[in-house]
Amino acid sequence: MLYLELLFQGIVQGSIYALIALGLTLVYGLLRILHVAHAALFTLGGYIGVIVTNQTGSLALAILAAMIVVGLVGVAMYKLAYEPLLSKPPFIALIASIALFIAAEELFRIIFGPYGLSYENPPLQGGFEIISGFFLKYGEALVIILSILILSVLGWVSGYTRLGVSWRATVTDPDMARAFGVNTQHVRYLNFFIGSALAAVAGVLVALLNNLVEPTMGSVPSYKALAIIVLGGLGSIRGTLLASMILGVIESFGTIYIGHLLDRDALAFGFLIVVLMFRPQGLLGTR
Amino acid sequence: MAYEITLLTTMAISVLFALSLNFITGFCGQISLGHAAFMGVGAYTAATMMKASISLLFVIPVAAVFAGVLGLLVGFASLRVRHDFLAITTMGVVFLFVGVVRQQEFLGGEIGISGIQQSVLGRTGFMLLCVVLAGVFAGFSLLVKRSWLGFVFDSIADNEDVSQVLGIDVAKYKLFAFVVGTATAGTAGALYAQHYRFVGPDSFGFVESISVLAMVVVGGIGSVWGVMFAAAVLSVLPLLIQFVDDYKILVYSALLFSMMRFSPDGLAGIVQRLLNRVRNR
Repeated sequence: MLYLELLFQGIVQGSIYALIALGLTLVYGLLRILHVAHAALFTLGGYIGVIVTNQTGSLALAILAAMIVVGLVGVAMYKLAYEPLLSKPPFIALIASIALFIAAEELFRIIFGPYGLSYENPPLQGGFEIISGFFLKYGEALVIILSILILSVLGWVSGYTRLGVSWRATVTDPDMARAFGVNTQHVRYLNFFIGSALAAVAGVLVALLNNLVEPTMGSVPSYKALAIIVLGGLGSIRGTLLASMILGVIESFGTIYIGHLLDRDALAFGFLIVVLMFRPQGLLGTR
Repeated sequence: MAYEITLLTTMAISVLFALSLNFITGFCGQISLGHAAFMGVGAYTAATMMKASISLLFVIPVAAVFAGVLGLLVGFASLRVRHDFLAITTMGVVFLFVGVVRQQEFLGGEIGISGIQQSVLGRTGFMLLCVVLAGVFAGFSLLVKRSWLGFVFDSIADNEDVSQVLGIDVAKYKLFAFVVGTATAGTAGALYAQHYRFVGPDSFGFVESISVLAMVVVGGIGSVWGVMFAAAVLSVLPLLIQFVDDYKILVYSALLFSMMRFSPDGLAGIVQRLLNRVRNR
């Protein structure tokens, strides 16, 4: 029974990792930027989620509002911060991104206070019994269902629509895509919008599971998501999903069984280093 | 006077630490997001030995060797993974380091090691030692930069594959850069342990690794003078901008961002452009 519980914990955590890391992979696949400030968008999503829920009482509305606002902020971030740096060496954008992330964390602290916010009437409390003696919280179920839903829609869009084709064309070869009439600028905006919106959903969901948003809630995702996209093979969407799930489950089991030797982060990064030594291109990456 | 001595010691240790990363990232072009781990290895080695009343002058070389050995291991990793993959691998190293140290009773666990006794040098003597060590390594860096070795590093930083074709033993020079850089970081760590007389797992984490990388990038990657200046200023900047109090970190990150956004080649780049303008007049 413990195994099943740990497995489910791992899958819930993995789903959240997937939602966060996917946006990062989208950005990396298109622009080759390690977008640390993505985690700040995740936190922003959490704040908007809690504030809108408290004002209107509707979680669905909160998720929608968070997606739209954070998506737009993501596009603005690309326009103001990254676009001018695309021709520079990659670590310039990386440091700029880290600086943005730190600044955002400070702004959250200054604007919303250091102790964070909670839901006044936390939605989706309680849970249901899957099999005798094993409960799943409604919140956790929502995380898994929403992740599957969003990722399938995304998979469908990228595989079967005109939009998806132009996106994939831009990733493979921007110049060629432009020559064939794809507006690569729009693809980049859309890319940042979708990636940031996904981070916002993850932020609202994490806020729901913990019933708390705080200025520092993005600090673990900021580096963990980088580890995940590298583990999956930079820019590979399927790799990112696989890596998210593996890491979620490994952390969930690892903290119980070898937690006295290594903490959660060390476990994740230890696994990452071992994998990279055998597969330097990541799990599903190509050279 | 005591305050100035403390300030100068802090600056000298930061300069040495930043120059050690500059050797790897600036000269050889190998990015590291986990450089604080090597300072940590040096600091913990030194702290444990100094608690056993071993003299500082003997402790420093041992700390350098310990950090250098770990650096050699990570150097081997750099032969397997490149660019962004290397960045994340080195980031992994710092999380592993902190994770392991936290769980070790003999290293003080979460609490760290405190109560390290002052060395026989006294505060002023210790400050001089820090300044001299930083100066010696700065001189060494300048020498390397102008020698054939500097050209080899330039070539590797620019394009590893081409360097290999030109007959440069890329692996050897990368390992050399890693060992020298990390051993120097270990030295800085030993000085850190003596300066603060305390080491804890939170002193050598990811944030510290980013701060030192920020020093190198703000100074101007590869520029010895730029990095020295940036490290000296940035290490005491939080003390200098005390007046903005609650907005300290916000100001710091805004400065860092503006630097990257408007002058990605750092202070050295700004100085270079100004010089060019004067010359062309």
